[in-house]
Amino acid sequence: MSQAPEAAQDQIPVTVLTGYLGSGKTTLLNRILTENHGQKYAVIVNEFGEVGIDNDLLVESDEEIFEMNNGCICCTVRGDLIRTVQNLMKRRKAFDAIIVETTGVADPAPVAQTFFMDDDVRAAAKLDAVVAVVDARHVLQRLEDTEEAEDQIAFADVILLNKTDLVSAEELATVEARIRAINPYAVRHKTERCAIDLKNVLDRGAFDLDRILSLDPHFLEHGHHEHECGPDCDHDHGHHHHHHGHDHDHDHGHHHHDHDHECGPDCDHDHGHDHHHHADPHSVRSVSLRQGDLDPNMFFPWINQVTQIQGPNILRLKGILAFKGDPQRYVIQGVHMIVEGNHQRDWKADEPRESRLVFIGRDLDFDALRDSFNACVAE
Amino acid sequence: MPTLAPVAAGEFVVRAGFLKDIPYFALGDGSVCFVEGGETRVPLHKGGLLAATETLDGSALITSGDDGRILRLRHGEEPELLAERPRKWIDRIAAGPDGAIAFASGRTAWVRQKDGTEKEFAHDRAIGGLTFAPKGLKLAVSRYDGVSIWFVNAATTPTELEWKGAHFGISYSADGKYLVTTMQENALHGWRLSDSQDMRMSGYPAKVKSFSWSVKGRYLATSGANAAICWPFFGKTGPMGQTPLQLGTRGDSLVACVACHPKEDVVAVGYQDGMIMMCRFEDNAEVLLRRPGEGAISSMAWDGAGLRLAFGTEEGAAGTISLT
Repeated sequence: MSQAPEAAQDQIPVTVLTGYLGSGKTTLLNRILTENHGQKYAVIVNEFGEVGIDNDLLVESDEEIFEMNNGCICCTVRGDLIRTVQNLMKRRKAFDAIIVETTGVADPAPVAQTFFMDDDVRAAAKLDAVVAVVDARHVLQRLEDTEEAEDQIAFADVILLNKTDLVSAEELATVEARIRAINPYAVRHKTERCAIDLKNVLDRGAFDLDRILSLDPHFLEHGHHEHECGPDCDHDHGHHHHHHGHDHDHDHGHHHHDHDHECGPDCDHDHGHDHHHHADPHSVRSVSLRQGDLDPNMFFPWINQVTQIQGPNILRLKGILAFKGDPQRYVIQGVHMIVEGNHQRDWKADEPRESRLVFIGRDLDFDALRDSFNACVAE
Repeated sequence: MPTLAPVAAGEFVVRAGFLKDIPYFALGDGSVCFVEGGETRVPLHKGGLLAATETLDGSALITSGDDGRILRLRHGEEPELLAERPRKWIDRIAAGPDGAIAFASGRTAWVRQKDGTEKEFAHDRAIGGLTFAPKGLKLAVSRYDGVSIWFVNAATTPTELEWKGAHFGISYSADGKYLVTTMQENALHGWRLSDSQDMRMSGYPAKVKSFSWSVKGRYLATSGANAAICWPFFGKTGPMGQTPLQLGTRGDSLVACVACHPKEDVVAVGYQDGMIMMCRFEDNAEVLLRRPGEGAISSMAWDGAGLRLAFGTEEGAAGTISLT
């Protein structure tokens, strides 16, 4: 657990872009490289391939997995990224941000871990967001076939559901429900040919958790089941915090709670489409835990123990915590066994002091997590 | 009293040193700055300059960059293109005997001999560093999980030295008996070449990114701790079972760069906060050469006489410090 203050403000933001061949990722990259958005990006690609732009800040990087210590998945980093980031730092003034493209078959964990585990990279750069480009037409098949597809969705802070013009409304709803079942905490955008304002993808600050309040489906309206969705609503009205821990295929059963709100045209919540058949017992699930003030002397040993023991099954964890007697919000995030936490800012007067913690992972015993988390509540 | 003459480098100093007593600063923006009376800038690489090293005779600088070009630069002359690998970032180079150079990108290393012939050496995993052996045309390549040593002119398989983990900086001891690498972990690894005996040199709080052999190769000074850690390489067993010297200990900053004096048992120690001290091995006597500021020391080198030190920082401060 690192509680050291973050390095200087001039850490370069890094966006990790994941997605299968054909998902539209290259289209997005080409847009980032050519559009006039006033920012200069250094782009680390897996293969020059279709990125047809000759740019001296475009670099090809062969995936080099470095195992640290005993070769545990939690301690792997991408050696090629360490090297490329170090090389880029020799001309720091030439760019404003870094984009790392990974292939659809790459494990996103070592990429994310590189930005936490390597001291030099950590001092120089900061993970801004993991963006997954998902092909609406093929993603369900990918999810059937591979674990990586699910990992990429689970890791994402932002999901671009692309090629929505190639599927019917029903297919799209099924795809969205499936994605939400894996990761309800990512911001989702539906696109055709990756046509999206790049502001929604780049420099999001999603990884540093400032936005978790708005990411969380029910943080703001817990206890209120009536609200009106705006045009961009992507809340998952099927999930209620007190239902987490149950299989996601129960969601459709809760819809009687939801009938009294009014949906906007883009609301994409789960209207009860049946997706039983996707409920693979080994698939990624998430849980959101909520409490009031925590006792730090209970919480830190607990989170260390959870991540030590269950790290391999935890894909992502993120949270905002209130510690008893502490005027500041404490933000925490993790990938597998790595956990990082920091004070963020004072709790505002009109803000309820609440501790929220989200786990996304495989084969996690959510009831045990909830019970042991509840035991960290301050007396 | 040491006197400092600043140089307005303004860019990350990849390498500072002297070519025939003329101070140079190889910079991250792709240029080299010479200081002789005034400052002259020579633009070399289109993108950035990633690595620079001097030829063994000290007459020229070899540089490589994002543009895939490997250039040779003599002061006052036009740069010469020695080799090119379009679209590759060449970030590892080494100079060898008889005008040979080695360079690498990703998993491939190449040796270019004086007559322009090139030879390729492919590896299974990423190359971390290159060095030539002190005798004979042998190239040692540090890589993931160890080191491969190639006889450049013989079509043989390499000698492999294995040690798990990623190895980067690589250097032979002056007598050629030992080979040492810096690692991704906070440690050095070494091999006694006579019997491939492993040596672990660990205990650093940070990665070791800079190392330098003292006069006659008696000590290997290293960065990565709150003092310069100097491992003894004299005696029958080298550093094995020995306690290293700790020079220039500070409580508030780590050592980022070291440069041993060419004639005396003295080391210049550059810190993360930009301070430079000169420390004597014998009694740990210290002389302050530069106050902290303007970024971590990224490169330092002495001139041949040991009277001037060229230095540069990650944030573009640079200069020479004269002892006389």
